[in-house]
Amino acid sequence: MNIVNFTPIPAFTGGLIIGLAVVVFFLLNGRLVGISGIASNALTEKENKFDNLLFLLGLIIAPFIYSLFSKGEISISISNSYVLMIAAGLLVGIGTRISGGCTSGHGISGIGRFSLRSIIATITFMIVGILTVFIKNLL
Amino acid sequence: MNKLASLISGIMFGIGLVISEMVNPAKVLGFLDLFGNWDPSLAFVMIGALVVSSPLFHIIKKKEKPLLAEKFNYSNNKTINNQLILGSALFGAGWGLGGLCPGPAITSVALLNIYSLTFVASMFVGFYLVKSFNLSSPR
Repeated sequence: MNIVNFTPIPAFTGGLIIGLAVVVFFLLNGRLVGISGIASNALTEKENKFDNLLFLLGLIIAPFIYSLFSKGEISISISNSYVLMIAAGLLVGIGTRISGGCTSGHGISGIGRFSLRSIIATITFMIVGILTVFIKNLL
Repeated sequence: MNKLASLISGIMFGIGLVISEMVNPAKVLGFLDLFGNWDPSLAFVMIGALVVSSPLFHIIKKKEKPLLAEKFNYSNNKTINNQLILGSALFGAGWGLGGLCPGPAITSVALLNIYSLTFVASMFVGFYLVKSFNLSSPR
């Protein structure tokens, strides 16, 4: 193992802001952030539809608001295979709804409440994620 | 007012993802590449989020009700079953393939990258499939 590209300070700062976002949502609206649930329910459920859509809109406009205050460019480097991105999206969409949470719902909201269910979910998706990357790198 | 709270928490969450660079699949895949070139940044994002949210969850949930809603409304599901493990494993596989999970994927819509848009569309198809086959995890 080599440690590369490690950016602890922006990572931790961004994490603090994410934590604050989750606290604001809980304190004001009484709900715990879980983005797979918010996104899926915005599509399929009537309850809280408008709130869910506004939360998603907030996520989408966040990069624009960030650009107003910072000159830093937002760069992404992503696979250029449509087949791979379609498979990945389907697995993420199906998996998170079957298990009832993703990195935010289980990883932050759940672990933050010391939920054993969420701790097990998080360990599982991390281990499988690490194995998937390991296998992908062998091919 | 609670609508504004949803929008603002979405914006804050998205800004946290941008600052921590979690919108960049390469950073996430770096974290999952534990046995190769490892980038521990994602762990610092989670620690930052939990440092803020965990203590505040425990204080806030003792309140009678949230500030802008009638009551607290969150999952108290404690079930640990095959559905939880299988769903998390599928999610982990998709996460390792694409380097995107739901929050960063939706935030990256603003960047208009065709591959991340493909992922997002496919993820919503996944949400819809789980809903139509009634496989969703109960809350």
